[in-house]
Amino acid sequence: MSSLPLNTSHPPLLPAEFEDKKAAVLRHIAGSERLGAVRPASRLEVRPRPEMLSSGIAEVDALTGGLPRGCLTEICGSASSGKTSLLMATIAAATRRGETCVLIDASDSFDPASGGAAGVDFRKLLWIRCGVSPVYICVGKTFNHRGAQRVPKDKSSERKLGQVLKTTDLILQSGGFGLVVLDLAGIPEQFSRRIPLASWFRFQRVIESAKTVLLVVSESPRTQSCAALVIKLSANRGCPILVSPLFGETGWGFSYQSAKPTPVQVLEDMRLQAEVVRSRLERRPAQSVTAAFKTQAGRAG
Amino acid sequence: MPFACIFVSDFPVEAILRAEPELRSQAVAVLEGKPPLQTILAGNEEARRAGVLPGMTKLQVEGCTEIALRDRSELQESAAHQALLDCAQSFSPRVEDVAPDTLLLDLSGLNQLFGSLPKIAREIFRRASEMGLEINVAVAFTLETALLAAQGFSGVTVVPEGKESEVLSGLPVAVLFADELASDGTEEFLQTFSRWGIRKFRDLTALPEAALSERLGQRGLELQRKAGGIGERTLVPSDPPLVFEEAMELEFPLVLIEPLAFLLNRMLDQLCVRLQARALAAQELSLELTLENGRSESDAASCFQRTIHLPVPINDANIFLKLLQLDLKAHPPGAPVVKIRLRIEPANPRPAQNGIFLPASPEPEKLDLTLARIAAVVGDGRAGSPQLLDTHRPQAFEMRHFMPSAPNKVDCHAPKDLVTALRIFRPPIAVSVTYQDSRPSHISSKKQTQIAGEVLWAAGPWRSSGDWWEQDSWVRDEWDIALQEKSGIALYRLVHDLVRGRWLLEGSYD
Repeated sequence: MSSLPLNTSHPPLLPAEFEDKKAAVLRHIAGSERLGAVRPASRLEVRPRPEMLSSGIAEVDALTGGLPRGCLTEICGSASSGKTSLLMATIAAATRRGETCVLIDASDSFDPASGGAAGVDFRKLLWIRCGVSPVYICVGKTFNHRGAQRVPKDKSSERKLGQVLKTTDLILQSGGFGLVVLDLAGIPEQFSRRIPLASWFRFQRVIESAKTVLLVVSESPRTQSCAALVIKLSANRGCPILVSPLFGETGWGFSYQSAKPTPVQVLEDMRLQAEVVRSRLERRPAQSVTAAFKTQAGRAG
Repeated sequence: MPFACIFVSDFPVEAILRAEPELRSQAVAVLEGKPPLQTILAGNEEARRAGVLPGMTKLQVEGCTEIALRDRSELQESAAHQALLDCAQSFSPRVEDVAPDTLLLDLSGLNQLFGSLPKIAREIFRRASEMGLEINVAVAFTLETALLAAQGFSGVTVVPEGKESEVLSGLPVAVLFADELASDGTEEFLQTFSRWGIRKFRDLTALPEAALSERLGQRGLELQRKAGGIGERTLVPSDPPLVFEEAMELEFPLVLIEPLAFLLNRMLDQLCVRLQARALAAQELSLELTLENGRSESDAASCFQRTIHLPVPINDANIFLKLLQLDLKAHPPGAPVVKIRLRIEPANPRPAQNGIFLPASPEPEKLDLTLARIAAVVGDGRAGSPQLLDTHRPQAFEMRHFMPSAPNKVDCHAPKDLVTALRIFRPPIAVSVTYQDSRPSHISSKKQTQIAGEVLWAAGPWRSSGDWWEQDSWVRDEWDIALQEKSGIALYRLVHDLVRGRWLLEGSYD
C-alpha cells in the first residue's frame, strides 16, 4: 500500500495572458537595480587617474609622473640620501605655482637658508615645528599655575609624534592647502613605527576628495598599504660623490675608499638615485624603476 | 515727516536683564547706593506687583523671597545704551540721543527701504529684542507725540497724522513729566492737577487756554500743547563714537574656564548682533579681566589683558569664542575673575572673490582658528612663516604670523640646479673630534651613539665670524665631512665654535 500525500491536487494553470504578464513582471524585477544585490563588474566605476603635481625634479617627474593629488605619497631614504633636497624642491615648485604648503616638522630640522636657496616662497609656507619645549600643563581647568609640571625627556619622541598627528588632523580638516608634508625623518624608528595604520587611513580618506598632496618623508617606509606612491632615495653607488678642487680642473671624483684629497676641497654636488618601490597609479606589475639626479651644494657669499 | 521714539522702561533693570536673560520671568529690582543704605532704584513689572517700589530700602525688600536683587551696573547700562544706538542707527542715520533710555529717529524716506511705518516700528522692536532689550516703539508725525506715546504705551504704537490728540487722550498726566528729573516743580504741577481732578491728557486739553495760562503760566500752556500732540521741537542728530564693548561685574569670583566661556559667549553674541546691525566686522578682540587678588581696580596686578588681532575682519561669535578659549588655556589669568570687559575694534568686512582657475587657499577665518589650535598643541611661536634675517649669523631667522597672500598663479620656472639641502640639528649635537694632519679624522658623540665613526673625507675649514662689537660675537670654522657610520656613509656639517671651544654637528646634508 503506497502512501499518498493528503493533497494530491496540482495548482491550476493560469490563462495564457496572465502567464505573459507574470513573466513580464518577473523580468522587470530581475532587471531592477535596487533589488540587485551584486553589481556586475562591467558596471563598476573606474576611479579616474588623479591629477599630478610636479615634484620639482624633472627626472623624478619622468619616473613617476609627479605626485598624485588626493593621495598619500611616501619618500624614504637613509641619512644623506637626498630626501630633504627632494622635499625642498617639491615645496619650492608648489609655492612657485601659488599653492599654500604646510610642513609639519617632527624633529624641527627644516633649514630656512636651504629653503630660500631652493626657491621656496616663505609667504606660502606654514612651518609647524614640533618638538619638546617646556610645557606647562594646567592641573584640571583652573587658572592656577601651581600645578605646572615639566614634561620628562624620555617622553620627547612620543610627544613629538603626538603633536605631529594632532596638527596633521587639524591641517587636513581645515583644508585649502595644496601640499601637506609630514617630515618624520629624525624620529627614531621604534617610535615612528608606533603610528597606527588607522591614522594613515584616516588621513588618506580626508584628502581623497580634496586636491591636497599628502607627502610623508621618513627614513624607512611607514605608511604601508595606504600610500599610493612610495619612492626610495639613495646615494647613487655607481657614481660617488663628486668633489672638485677650488682651483684647477673640475668634474673628477673620488671613491669613498680613496683618501688624501688635496688640501682645498669643496662639496660640489650629490648624485642620487630614486626608485619607485610601489605605485597604485598605473595598472602594471610593481617593478623597480629608477632615475638618477644630482643636487648642487649651495655657495655662501 | 515721521519720527520714531525708542524708549526702554525701567532701563537699569533692562540692562541687567540683557546680561541675565534667565531672570526675565522673575521679579527683579535694582539697588543703588552703598551698603547699608542701599535703596531700590527700579524694578520690573513683576517686582511692582510684588509690592516693591522705588525708594524702598534693601531691608524692606529682603523679606520678599521671590525677588532677585541686583546692584546697579553702570557698565551694563552703558553697553545697553550702545546696543540701543546700534539698533537705531541700523535704520536711520539721523538719531538723537535724548537719554540713556530714550532715542529719537527720523524716518523720512525709509518707507522705500523698510516698508510702511507700522512695519518699520515692528522691525525696530524685533531687532532690539535680538539685542536683548525689551523696548517701547512709537511712530508719530511730531517728536513730542512720539516721545509721549513711547513713554505711555508699551509695545509698538503708530499714531496716524492728525490723530495725535485722540491717541494720547487716555494717557495719565504723569507721563508728561516722564523725561524730566524729579523736582519740586514737577511735584507741584502733579499735585495741582490732582487737586483739579485732571487725571488724563483729555482732561488737560479740555481746559481753556486763558484760564490755564493765568494759573500755571507758560509752563501750563506748554504742557497742554504737549498733551494735545502739538509741538515744534526739531530733531538734533547726534553722532556718538562707535564703541563695541560689553562688560559684566560678577557677584561671585569665577575660578573655572567653562562658566567664563559661557559668559563670554553671551557677550560675544550681543557684540556680533551689534556689528551686524552696523554692517561691520571685528578686526581685534580685547579681553580685560579684573582679578580678585588686586587691592583695587587700579592696581596693575589685578588687571589681566589679552588682545587677539584677527588677520581679516570677521563677524562670527563661534570663532571668537574658540580663539578666546584657546588663548585663555595658553595664558591663564592666574587668579579668580571678578569683572569681565570685552571690546571689539570694528572694521569694514572683507570683500573677497576667488578666481575659478586659481589654486585653492585656506579660508582666513578658518585658518586663524586652526593656527590657534596648532599653537595650543606645539606652543606659541612654533607655527608660522620663517623669515630670513639680513645677517651673516648662521641660522638667523624669525617666525612670523602665517598669512597667505592672495592666491595667484605664478609662471613657474624650475631653478637651473637643484640645491643640496641641510637638515639642521636643533640643538646642535656636541661631538668629540680626533685630529690628524690638521684635519678631523674621527668623531663620536656621547648622546647620539649612532653618530660615530671615521671621517672618510673632509672639506674645510671655512672660517666665518661676526657681531664682534656685540656681547654675543661668534667665530666658527666649518667643515663638510663624510662619516663612515654603522648604517652607511653620511654627510655632515661640522662646526668648531672658537668662542666657546667646542665641536658641534650642525646638520646633515640630505
